[in-house]
Amino acid sequence: MTQPLLTLKDLSIAYRVGDQDTIAVEGASFDVQPGSIVGLVGESGCGKTTLARSLTRVLAGNARIAGGEAIFDGRDIMALSERAMNGLRWREIAFIPQSAMNSLDPVYTVGTQLAEVLIRRGGLGRTAARTRAEELFEWVGIETNRLGDYPHQFSGGMRQRVAIALALALDPKLIIADEPVTALDVIVQRQILDQLRELKERLGISVILVTHDISVVAYVCDRVVVMYAGRVVETGPMAATLTAPAHPYTMGLRNAFPDLASAAGELTPIEGAPPDLASPPPGCRFAPRCPFAEARCRTDVPGLDVYDGDHLAACHRIPEAETLRARAVVSETWEAPA
Amino acid sequence: MSESVTSKHRPSGLFARLRRRFGSIRLPLHDPLAVIGLCIYVFFILMAVFAPLIAPHDPNEILFTSEFALAADLTPGTDGYILGTTTLGRDIFSQIVWGARSALLIGLTAAFVVALIGSVVGIVAGYFGGWADTVLMRLADVAFGIPFLPFVIVLAAFLEPSIWNVVIAMALVLWRDTGRVIRSQTLTLRNRAYVEAARVAGSSDLKIILRHIAPNVLPLSFLYGSIAIGWAILTEASISFLGFGDPDSISWGYMLQDAFASQALSKGSYYWFVPPGFLIILIVSAGFFISRGYEQILFPKLDR
Amino acid sequence: MKDGHDQGPPLVRLDAAELHFPVGGVVAQLQGRATVVKAVDGVTFELRRGESVGLLGESGCGKTSTGRMLVRLDKATGGRVEFDGEDVSGLTGDALKRFRSRVQLIFQNPFEALNPRFTIRDVLAEPLENARIPRAEHEERILRAMALVKLGDAGQFMDRYPHQLSGGQLQRIVMARALILEPEFVVADEPVSMLDVSVRAGVLNVFRDVRAQQGITAIYISHDLALVRYVCERTIVMYLGRIVEDGPTEDIVANPLHPYTQALVAAVPVPHPDQSHAPLPIGRGAPDPRNPPSGCTFRDRCPRAFDRCAVEAPGPTHVQNRIVHCHLHEPKT
Repeated sequence: MTQPLLTLKDLSIAYRVGDQDTIAVEGASFDVQPGSIVGLVGESGCGKTTLARSLTRVLAGNARIAGGEAIFDGRDIMALSERAMNGLRWREIAFIPQSAMNSLDPVYTVGTQLAEVLIRRGGLGRTAARTRAEELFEWVGIETNRLGDYPHQFSGGMRQRVAIALALALDPKLIIADEPVTALDVIVQRQILDQLRELKERLGISVILVTHDISVVAYVCDRVVVMYAGRVVETGPMAATLTAPAHPYTMGLRNAFPDLASAAGELTPIEGAPPDLASPPPGCRFAPRCPFAEARCRTDVPGLDVYDGDHLAACHRIPEAETLRARAVVSETWEAPA
Repeated sequence: MSESVTSKHRPSGLFARLRRRFGSIRLPLHDPLAVIGLCIYVFFILMAVFAPLIAPHDPNEILFTSEFALAADLTPGTDGYILGTTTLGRDIFSQIVWGARSALLIGLTAAFVVALIGSVVGIVAGYFGGWADTVLMRLADVAFGIPFLPFVIVLAAFLEPSIWNVVIAMALVLWRDTGRVIRSQTLTLRNRAYVEAARVAGSSDLKIILRHIAPNVLPLSFLYGSIAIGWAILTEASISFLGFGDPDSISWGYMLQDAFASQALSKGSYYWFVPPGFLIILIVSAGFFISRGYEQILFPKLDR
Repeated sequence: MKDGHDQGPPLVRLDAAELHFPVGGVVAQLQGRATVVKAVDGVTFELRRGESVGLLGESGCGKTSTGRMLVRLDKATGGRVEFDGEDVSGLTGDALKRFRSRVQLIFQNPFEALNPRFTIRDVLAEPLENARIPRAEHEERILRAMALVKLGDAGQFMDRYPHQLSGGQLQRIVMARALILEPEFVVADEPVSMLDVSVRAGVLNVFRDVRAQQGITAIYISHDLALVRYVCERTIVMYLGRIVEDGPTEDIVANPLHPYTQALVAAVPVPHPDQSHAPLPIGRGAPDPRNPPSGCTFRDRCPRAFDRCAVEAPGPTHVQNRIVHCHLHEPKT
């Protein structure tokens, strides 16, 4: 196996609310290989966005890194000086936000904004920047004559393409995309996802894709990291994780998704709601909603254990995963959590 | 399913229901300056209410010394006149005390009228839109074009001199600011999903306005009302000082005018014009302190 | 036409319904620059009693505007919107009040659809008060509605405020408010799009089951074909204010006829590792509701457009069990 581009080791991030610390991300560990797309999946409030943002070290004012490291290309991002981090941002790690409208300045044309990045940060001359900007627009499939347009003149999908062009400007090695397609319609969503795949295949760029939609993961990702209530509960190769999940939460998610490709089946919700991170339950955080929870699940925190090769899960009942999977597809199993 | 089982969860009574619905109308007790403002108001209200008990004399009574001479221009402390007397022999302290009455009367009525008219205009224009909106907002434009102080003077000249002229003038002109702001607030509220939900649920326009819109704009009405108090008192003082006031009722502005006309300044009678001037500043600032408190309730982010 | 449904007159009928909005202020109008956005531009369909129909399309296709006309949050600017034989736009006074108790809307965003100052009890009592239900019956009706949407221990929620509830619970309250007067027709506007995946299924199941049990006629507005398929037997696909295809959901999923529907079906992501990554049969452009192309509004993105598509808007053509608006499917003359 090649050297990973990014390795997270036991990364924790805390928010200070009032005079109390809330751990938004606790002990997250996973790798990102060069030229791969990693899907970071979970529900709102599970910590996926906080985790993704921490990799650019752009966090809310009341958030701080509470421990662990993130080794990117041999350097610990979390330990870098602000100055060194600035050198890394955009040049090596770029960010695509959920809504490009918020990251584009409404009073400048997108061409000016793109050129600004290329000149200021990339050190290009004015004409070189112009050529590069046109190249980037062609790359993301926007006509170059639209460089003179203002952000509001673009549709949502087009703006997202502009955001991709901006992220690509300085040839980064890693792109962090925070729900880049959530606000878009299915057709545009598909086109943007194809674009991300092309980045990986033709330019060898790695992508961390934050999403709540496992269909999106299934379409573009090589690996999946499933988060629940601030912890990584399962991680593995995409196909293996989706077809043979080892954590009951992932099994439950699979049941909750409608599937157009197969016969219309019953959807099963996971009863209850994620815990309040200010006072999480002891033991496994999914235990209160888990139909397979046992006594130890409510007291002992399960660590990430090997299920099969590089497919890991944080569940006390990993050895029984196959039996649990068989039971999980039955709707009745989820009706009354143990 | 008996009713009594669940109704015991309910905070009972009409009062609790009103408080839940209109919880936005609370005094701004979190802000120290606003609390100071409220204390000042309490002080003046007590002074106004108990004026006949506090004031040793009728403010218009012409007083004489024990030698039966006119008690004119006595300095504070002389013959028991706490703040001395005016050139016409009236007790300044009593005038100050009675002045609180007219100041509060004008201030509070004007505030009430301005907030009421502004809120009704704003809500009607914002909620119903269309021609109602157009007509009311063009009226507001006209009101914005009227220079306020000259308007009051002209009005006072037309009508009998009375302290109510100021209130009438404010009702006719100063609703414009309140109306505009409340209209824009109503516009955003009107398109909230829960207001549309009430329409779909069959609620009448009146019900929607009273239940879903009004509770959300009332803090704004209070804000503009508390600003109007200061304006009204200042205007009345200006009008009286310029000599268009009501000569029969004692106000602080009238006292200033009286002192000015009697050349109190050149006589060095500071005890005559400093107290009313100071009290005008005090009560107007107190009004603004309170409005600042409401502003913080409404726009928490304004604060630092 | 539809088996198992009431064969009588349709409950809901749209006949060339239009909803046009003027864009630009007074100045633009004086300069002649003002335009009209045709949010809904000549939509015709009928719903039989007990039918559940999906209204599918991308943002800006007019699906939500159509829904708003159906519940009379907006009045049609042209054509007719009928409910039970009556013109909805013309309703006033008592007739409107009666309409309000028979037709309901389930809102998209449960976090905004409830007045934050109201307790759940207040929220659910509002439609009851409006329908002049005696106060003595409120308690029982509220509890019954909450049981209908499977909000377990209803007494526990009654006196809470919306911010104390989770998204899934709030959306159940929104549904309970819509169902409490036992309406005949319900429009649901993307009711699960704001909810977390793990709770969506619960809300969808409640909607589907209650609708079927009570025989409520329903429109389910969504951009997600997989969700529409889960709750609706018939689907109407819209594009830029017009209908492009109308037919049984399963047939549309299995064999879409209109080129736009074909692209839409191909684009829906599926939660499986094994799936096609073939390029979509559609251009990269985006629909612009302010300035739609002439003729067929889809022609600038359509891979199969030909001369006629630029000149003439396609009318409805009956193909198999469906209505398609596309020149490709018109009978050869």
